[in-house]
This record gives sequence, structure tokens and C-alpha cells, in this order.
Amino acid sequence: MEPSLIVSERSVEEAAVERSGAEILIEALTDLGVEFVFGYPGGAVLPIYDALFRQSGIRHILVRQEGGAVHAAEGYARSTGKPGVVLVTSGPGATNAITGIADALMDSIPIVVITGQVPTALIGTDAFQECDTVGITRHCSKHNYLVKDPAKLGAIIHEAFYLATSGRPGPVVVDLPKDVQVATAEYRKPAAISHKTYRPQVEPDSALIEAAVEMLASAERPILYTGGGIINAGPEATRSLRELAELTGAPVTSTLMGLGALPASSAQWLGMLGMHGTYEANMAMNRADLILCVGARFDDRVTGRLDAFSPTSKKIHIDIDRSSINKNVRVHLPIVADAGRALARMVELWRERQHKAPDTRDWWSRITGWRARNSLDFPPSASEIMPQHAIRRLWEATKQRSPIISTEVGQHQMWAAQHFGFDAPNKWLTSGGLGTMGYGLPAAIGAQLGHPDALVIDIAGEASILMNIQEMSTAVQYRLPVKVFILNNEYMGMVRQWQELTYSSRYSESYSQALPDFVKLAEAYGWKGLRIEKPDELDGGIAAMLAHDGPVMVDCRVAKLANCFPMIPSGAAHTEMILQANEVSGEMDDEAKALV
Amino acid sequence: MRLKAEATERHTLSILVDNEAGILARIAGLFSARGYNIESLTVADVSHDLAVSRITIVTSGSAHVMEQILAQLERLVPVHKVTDLTSLGPHVERELALVKVAGTGEHRIEAMRLADIYRARVLDATTGSFVFELTGGTEKINTFIDLMREVGLVEVARTGVVAIARGREAA
Repeated sequence: MEPSLIVSERSVEEAAVERSGAEILIEALTDLGVEFVFGYPGGAVLPIYDALFRQSGIRHILVRQEGGAVHAAEGYARSTGKPGVVLVTSGPGATNAITGIADALMDSIPIVVITGQVPTALIGTDAFQECDTVGITRHCSKHNYLVKDPAKLGAIIHEAFYLATSGRPGPVVVDLPKDVQVATAEYRKPAAISHKTYRPQVEPDSALIEAAVEMLASAERPILYTGGGIINAGPEATRSLRELAELTGAPVTSTLMGLGALPASSAQWLGMLGMHGTYEANMAMNRADLILCVGARFDDRVTGRLDAFSPTSKKIHIDIDRSSINKNVRVHLPIVADAGRALARMVELWRERQHKAPDTRDWWSRITGWRARNSLDFPPSASEIMPQHAIRRLWEATKQRSPIISTEVGQHQMWAAQHFGFDAPNKWLTSGGLGTMGYGLPAAIGAQLGHPDALVIDIAGEASILMNIQEMSTAVQYRLPVKVFILNNEYMGMVRQWQELTYSSRYSESYSQALPDFVKLAEAYGWKGLRIEKPDELDGGIAAMLAHDGPVMVDCRVAKLANCFPMIPSGAAHTEMILQANEVSGEMDDEAKALV
Repeated sequence: MRLKAEATERHTLSILVDNEAGILARIAGLFSARGYNIESLTVADVSHDLAVSRITIVTSGSAHVMEQILAQLERLVPVHKVTDLTSLGPHVERELALVKVAGTGEHRIEAMRLADIYRARVLDATTGSFVFELTGGTEKINTFIDLMREVGLVEVARTGVVAIARGREAA
């Protein structure tokens, strides 16, 4: 496959030395500033592993299963803003990586996945550990390559990084047959990158920015609805968002992926919106006269029933991916651009025109009314640890250290999103789009490598954590002091909750039977294991976890049947939120059952 | 519960792509992965250096689905340009069909007469069969094939639609 790079000039200092494909790969990764490669060796990548052995610039992190490598690379990427790199072998190495690749595509995480392939002469012969990696990953990657010529490898690697990190970020797969790793060619570092077909539109159209600013200035009930695109656009984007929020006085809500862009401590913060968002965020979306959506994509978890979604508002949508615009919800003013650039331009223009913040006193007084419903409230218990309470105590105990939090998927994830206050971007690592259980532990490992001095905690469920439990061993090998805080309710809690709400509490296969003793399990891996069983042990247990200078697994036993509220049930509108358990009916109709 | 279907409209798309390995699978796979229809698809090199291919796809969808199809296609890395010729306005569409009919006597004479009316060319003839070559719009070819059914149609091969905008500018 031809690289589409246009190499504008070549660096002259390098003599034309022939190197093996494996060496070219390492050289290119070094030139790209790669610190870590998350991987697992195997037959079809042995030449690359030998080249890795003979260099010292790049550190290889040996995971325990290839799926863990991809999530670790995602955690590294999401927390550092730099691309994550994965190296796995052909066949099962590649297929184990698929879930992580699909995860990175859904959540727009920049990673480059290098997969070994059987030698070119054996491709298509059902060779040992052969699979059609480019075929399988074609629709779960941003782009992919099968490299057949070592002379093109260097340029392809540079292009892969460019694609992964620019525009809407995502996973790029480079499939590298073993003979191409051994064959020799010249490598020269490309000087500058421009692509002949792929040109993301970064700068917004000024007329559209002008229109957006005027709409915002004249709105009576504005709301900013922000998403992961702002985090991806970098710290500048976060700063611009905070400025725009301050200038306009508008309330701000965010998707799961966008948490931390506006500090949770801000008075303008309404909390997350959507299925498990706050009542005030959803009501404000519903009653707004102007929605400014930045770097979010109106997905089904956010909108609820589409025909009842924010019926009276004008909608402005800023997104770097044109296909996200008008996909689910039609908007009045689409702006294709980088979220950070668009926000910066809006702030500039707002100042230039000396707009005053619109009078939103009435609007805020309505919001205050919705806030008074206290939708994140939960029934307290003296005998059991309420999971929401556990998250709040964990937050109180750690917020001074600005921790990086990863999660698995399910109730604990939503409780963490609701009750942990994020004041900065890149501190929140969660599988939002694909909803991948088993994401949190490897993601925490990747984040800890990128931030050796940070406090990194995986808030987990007892079912999810078992999906990539083997990565505990990776944490030990690299002396990574990650903490895993398990909210153990002995159920796949979100499945159980839906069964309670939708299927008259027929708990089909959602009980976590035959659980391991997590304390002994931790000790078997060389971790510290702790158990918290009673409410009065909670703070002490958290303190003991934080006091230990090494990896800790906490088995926190929480109320078994607690449900995650508030909740917009399937097929319902923002205004039809269930705030508390006693509002729940037992069985849903088929229309609702058929929704995701 | 019953499933509902949305009203759709036929569109002809012209897609210029980098002529790289797997590009056809990438385009066709996008359609199947996102549940879009393909009524016909043609592809061939169109540049002097064989670097760029034109893919012509006839698809159908609601206005909203069509907008998504265009955006999703443009997002693919090797895609140079996507044009919805149907929305663009005046354009010409042609396809080519090879039609084999077998028969003797009156059927054979009638097949020949119809072929003449439709300006089909005879590419192959035996005492008991013809292979006709016909170019035209999809409708014309459909009609011709329907007529041939009555006079001994054996089999059909069709290229699918190729299309280009009218006037002097490239679409």
C-alpha cells in the first residue's frame, strides 16, 4: 500500500544506510518521540522484539493479554494527550486487540496499533496464526495499512501517527508481515507532513463564528453542552471554554467523555446530562432556547427520545467531524472545526464586539429550582455502605491530589461520573462509546506510566474488574502504584438494574456467583489487599489504601440492590426522568425493550 | 411490536478515491456497516497514472440518510471527493448490458426486431441464439430485458450505472 505522504523535503544529515523493516519501525517510533510501547510478543513480531532488545530509547511494557495493551495505550493517550502505541503479534494477538481498537474509535482516542502478520508469501494460505487483520480492523479503525515494502514503512508509520492524532483522533492499525520486518531498505525521517486526500478542517469559518456569537449574545436561555472533543482539543480548548462560560454566564453541562473541561466546582456547572445525568442538566437542555454543543455528538445516551429532545432550542454544533453533525439531531448552525480553535475565536469575537453577558437571571432561577430537587441524592444507610457515599468519600479524601480516575463499565462508572468532582481535563478515563468492561485497570496502568507521580485510581465493579484482572501482574512488574477501588455489590449492577426496571426483577444471569476473595487475589499478585465492609470502616480503609506506596486493591462491600438514579428510561424524554427507586414500574412495553 | 421503514429516494453518487488495496472493501463495507443500500456499484481507474479511481454508487435513502452517507464517505482517508450527482442537478447516466437470448423461428425474428428498435448491437450469434450489447439508462435496459423474457432470455450481465455531470466543469 502506498503511503500518501507528500514528503516536502528530506533531511540531509542521514546517509543512505539500509536497515531491516524492524529497525526502520523502531527508528520511526523514536523519531516520533514514542516513550512507551504496550505489547506482547509472538512469532510474527520476533524481528521487531529483537530490534527493541537492541535499543534503549523506547520502553516496552509487557502486558498479560493484548486487550490490556490497547486499553493501557488508551489510558496513556487520554491522560497525556500523546498517542499510545501498541505492538502485538498476528492472529490471536491482533484479534485480542480488536475490542480496544473499536473502543478507541468510539471515544476518539489517538493510538497506533502495530500488528505482526505472516510473511507476505503465506498471506491467504491459512498459515499458522494468520488472520485478515486489515479486513477485520477496517471498520473499527480510523485507517489501516498492510505494509508490503520496507522502503515505504517509515513514511507509513509517520502517516499513521499523523492520522491518529489529527482531525478527530482515533486508532490506526499498521499490519506488518514478518518478511517485511526482516527485508532491508533505506529510511529517512520525513520533514513535514501534508496528506493528499486527508485534510481535517481545523479553523472555523468566520461567518459561522460570527453567527454563533450573535445567537449566543441574544439568547435568553442558553446552555453549553460540551463533550470529549474539548478534552481532545487540548488544554487551550478547556481554557477557552472556561472563558466563554464566564463571559456568557451560561450554564454548562457535559457528556460522560467531557467531564473535567469545566470544573465541577464552578457555579455554572450543572453536572453531566443524559440517561444518568442530573435533573437540572436535562431540564435545562429541554427548556433552553439555545444549545451550543461543542465536541459532543448527540448520542442516544444523551438525547433520550429524539422527538422530545430540546424542542424549543436553536442548536449550534461545533465538531471536527462533519459526519457527527445532523447525524442524530438536526442543528441550525453547524460549524466544522477544532473545538479549541472555534471556542477561542468565539471568545475573541465576543470581546471584540463588547457583548455583555445576556440577562439570564430568570433562566438561572428556574435552574436553581430544578437543582433543588437534589437529583443525585440517595437514601442513606447506617448498616450498609451506599456506593454513592463511598465515591463521595473517596473524592473528599483524594481531591487535593488531583487524582486520575479510570473506571470499568456499569453502575460504578455512572456513580463515579455523578459523585466524583472533576476540576481538570485528562483526569477521567472511561469507556464511553463502546462501554467496554475491563477497560479501567489497564487504562490506569497506562495513565500511571505517563504520570509516575500521580495518584491513579480505577473505580471498578466486581464483575468488570475480572475481565482484565491479569493486568495486576503488569502493575507489579513495572512497580506501578495504581489503586483499584471495587464497589462490590455481587451483581452486574447495571444489568440487574435494567432487569428490575424492565423485566419485573427477573435477574437472569446477572448475579456475580463464585467471586474470588479479592484480598487474597491481590496478595497472590503481590498487591496489597484491603476489605471495607461497614460504613464506619470506609474512611479508614480509603486512608489505608492511599497510605500504601504500591498497588492496592480494595474490596469495598456496598449495598447490593442500590440503583443508579436519576435515570431516563429507554425511550423516554429528558423531562421524564426517574429520580428515585419508588417511581419505578416493573415491566416496560416492547418499544422500550427494543431500545439499547 | 412491528418494525417501521422510512421513505427513500434514489441517488447516484460519484466518489473519487485513491487507488489503493482494499479501497473497494472500505467503501462497500461502510455501506453495509451503517445499513445503507447499494443498488449498483461500478469502479475503474480514471487517471492517467492509475492513481485515482471513480466509484459510482447508486443508493437510496431519506434526505437525512443521504447527508450521512456523504459525510461518512468524505471522512474516509483515501477519498478525494464525493459528489451526489442526483442533488447536483443535470447529469447523464449510462449502463451497459449483455443479453443472451436463445430461440428459433418467430421468437428469433422478434428478438432481432426489438434489438433493432432499442439499438442493441449483436456481439455473438449462433443459429439458435444472440448476445446483444445495449447501452442506456437503467429504465431502458430494464424494459429491454423484460421484452427479451418473452422471446427466450437466457442470461444477463450488466455493468451497473456510470454517471457524469453535464456541462464543461468537473463535478
